[in-house]
Amino acid sequence: MSTEARKPPPQIALKIRRMLGGKAGWNGVAVQFAFAAILGWIGYEIVSNARANLENQHIAAGFGFLRNNAGFDVNQTLIPYTGSDTFLRVFVVGLLNTLVVSVVGIVFATVIGFIVALCRLSPNWLLSRVGEIYVEVIRNLPLLFQILFWYLAVLAALPNPRQSISLLGIAFLSNRGLVVPSPIGQSGLGPFLAMLALGVVASLALRFHARRALFQEGRMIRIWPYVVALLLGLPLATMLVFGLPFTFELPQLRGFNFAGGSRIIPEFVALTVALSTYTAAFIAEIVRAGILSVHKGQMEAGSSLGLSRGATLRLIVVPQAMRVIVPPLTNQYLNLTKNSSLAVAIGYPDLVSVFAGTSLSQTGQAIEIIAMTMGIYLLISLLTSAVMSVYGWRVSRSLGA
Amino acid sequence: MKRVTLALTLALAAGLSAQAADAQTLKTVKDRGMLSCGVSQGLPGFSSPDDKGNWTGIDVDVCRAIAGAIFNDPTKVKYVPLSAKDRFTALQSGEIDVLSRNTTWTISRDTSLGANFTGVTYYDGQGFMVKKSLKVNSALELNSASVCVQTGTTTEQNLADYFKANNMKYEVIAFATNDETVKAYEAGRCDVFTTDQSGLYANRLKLANPNDHMVLPEIISKEPLGPMVRHGDDQWFDIVKWTLFAMITAEELGVTSKNVDEKAKLENPELKRVLGSDGNFGEQLGLTKDWVVRIVKTVGNYGEVFDRNVGAGSPLAINRGLNNLWNKGGLQYAPPIR
Repeated sequence: MSTEARKPPPQIALKIRRMLGGKAGWNGVAVQFAFAAILGWIGYEIVSNARANLENQHIAAGFGFLRNNAGFDVNQTLIPYTGSDTFLRVFVVGLLNTLVVSVVGIVFATVIGFIVALCRLSPNWLLSRVGEIYVEVIRNLPLLFQILFWYLAVLAALPNPRQSISLLGIAFLSNRGLVVPSPIGQSGLGPFLAMLALGVVASLALRFHARRALFQEGRMIRIWPYVVALLLGLPLATMLVFGLPFTFELPQLRGFNFAGGSRIIPEFVALTVALSTYTAAFIAEIVRAGILSVHKGQMEAGSSLGLSRGATLRLIVVPQAMRVIVPPLTNQYLNLTKNSSLAVAIGYPDLVSVFAGTSLSQTGQAIEIIAMTMGIYLLISLLTSAVMSVYGWRVSRSLGA
Repeated sequence: MKRVTLALTLALAAGLSAQAADAQTLKTVKDRGMLSCGVSQGLPGFSSPDDKGNWTGIDVDVCRAIAGAIFNDPTKVKYVPLSAKDRFTALQSGEIDVLSRNTTWTISRDTSLGANFTGVTYYDGQGFMVKKSLKVNSALELNSASVCVQTGTTTEQNLADYFKANNMKYEVIAFATNDETVKAYEAGRCDVFTTDQSGLYANRLKLANPNDHMVLPEIISKEPLGPMVRHGDDQWFDIVKWTLFAMITAEELGVTSKNVDEKAKLENPELKRVLGSDGNFGEQLGLTKDWVVRIVKTVGNYGEVFDRNVGAGSPLAINRGLNNLWNKGGLQYAPPIR
């Protein structure tokens, strides 16, 4: 009678045991499940309690209010919106306003931050002192004051619409904002955009080809004349065939304000300037630390190869510094996005102002509205982190680390 | 195992404590020794701190009257300044006992906020203020104007309705507080400032040159302003409601803060009922028999309160108008005390 070899335990069960239970084995799994159940129960109790209390006090609850008419207007809307739209649309309008100020702010903050960091590291005494003063002044003043300062400074410096500053007769600057001509699509718009897209794709392909030739065969290919031809020439050629892609509608002073054209409101300008200059001060320090973290020998090696200081920074030092820069930079991007909620102080219609402010007051449904607002900020922050993580991973990979 | 039990107890505690909702506001107020009163962040005539930090105004006097009726001491009030958008949350959460903050009575606020309006302290209506230099004489000439408004108010919705109904375009700039709104208007960010008409007169005093600005004649809405209390405590609702009625009744009967003691001695049956020497209406409310005497001694009757804060005796100098007594052509009317 032969003895059968004992079968190894099934793999999946083993994995689950190790994943959930750790060293404690199945006992550990049981404890984990019990803990999860208790957490779930606590959560359920809190929600049902809140519901019961709201019901007792006859406070409206639930998300039905999102379908009701908002009944108020918003100053800056990226999508069409009137007072007879729903609170859900107010939510989207506010969210888009928050996103636009955050994205524009992040772009400017990054550019200013890098410039200031390079100033501080510059061998030029004056430049480095200017950079230092910028950082020390800006980052040590409360952001709210800076927002109010820019808003009041912008307003005080500008005339009223009837005396507005004319820029070549097509754009007008006043304390109602900057009014610029707005493009209106014509029949040639479709082919124009199609050719522009084609030009961009072709240029990217060319660049890819040129980089391969450089890294694999050591050949330098000059591509910029072709890129110019593709990006400018192609779309211009469509204009000869199909006519103008768009015409401009000029703003005109009518009554109290300008009619026609597009307008950038002063609240947006003040908020963007304040957020980007403030965050730039922190980014400058992060970039400076990143660049200083790259060994001095790298800079010297660049010089000994005959590269200029700028080229050494661009090609050798900054790519290595990025590994150190990206994680804290992400924090600053998140801070800027969250700080944009200070907009309410100067009447910029961001998410907190129009949704967690006006809509909350009109409906009185604080729990639902605050939960939605917190949820969306969390989502924005997590998405920003995810994008930056992917970027950081690519930077590390390209350095072979 | 010990840890699991601990977690269970904690969870139980959290679940149960949330059940303890409010009910007895009067008892809470007495135990605390203070009335917590939600007011505005500064609206002259209604609720604003003076140069010594004492709150004054018609809305403040409502709270002082309630404190007078309960404690016989009008100073036992803690004032909580609230922005328009925070006011209801503060009332719902129990941070304040009564919201007396130029709040318009509407059906949605009365039914969906878990709170009740107790009466009307001031009949108001929304108006517009512009710079005289704009040479505008009517709100119907405001097409394409920029309008500054405080966010989270009925004003904001009336504004949208009015411009839509009259087929006019406008740009709205909404600020969180009254002061920010006025500052932006003064800085020229907008052509028009809109709020309740009483508020326009009050805010005009805050401007550098009040005479450069004018209030347009149009009134575009009904704005009955009154105090609010939480749902679910009828006794407290009655106390706040009848405090205002007591002030109006006192004016009707000619009882003032100066003559209240003499009037209390008269053999007039109605005066005896109202001023507490006959019947026990005050005790039925949960207060004392002499509750009306206490209220009138504290703040005076409705007419005195009006004159001192917003009427002829104040810088605002607003006419009684709709806020006159019912038998003098106004709307102020109190059910009988009997």
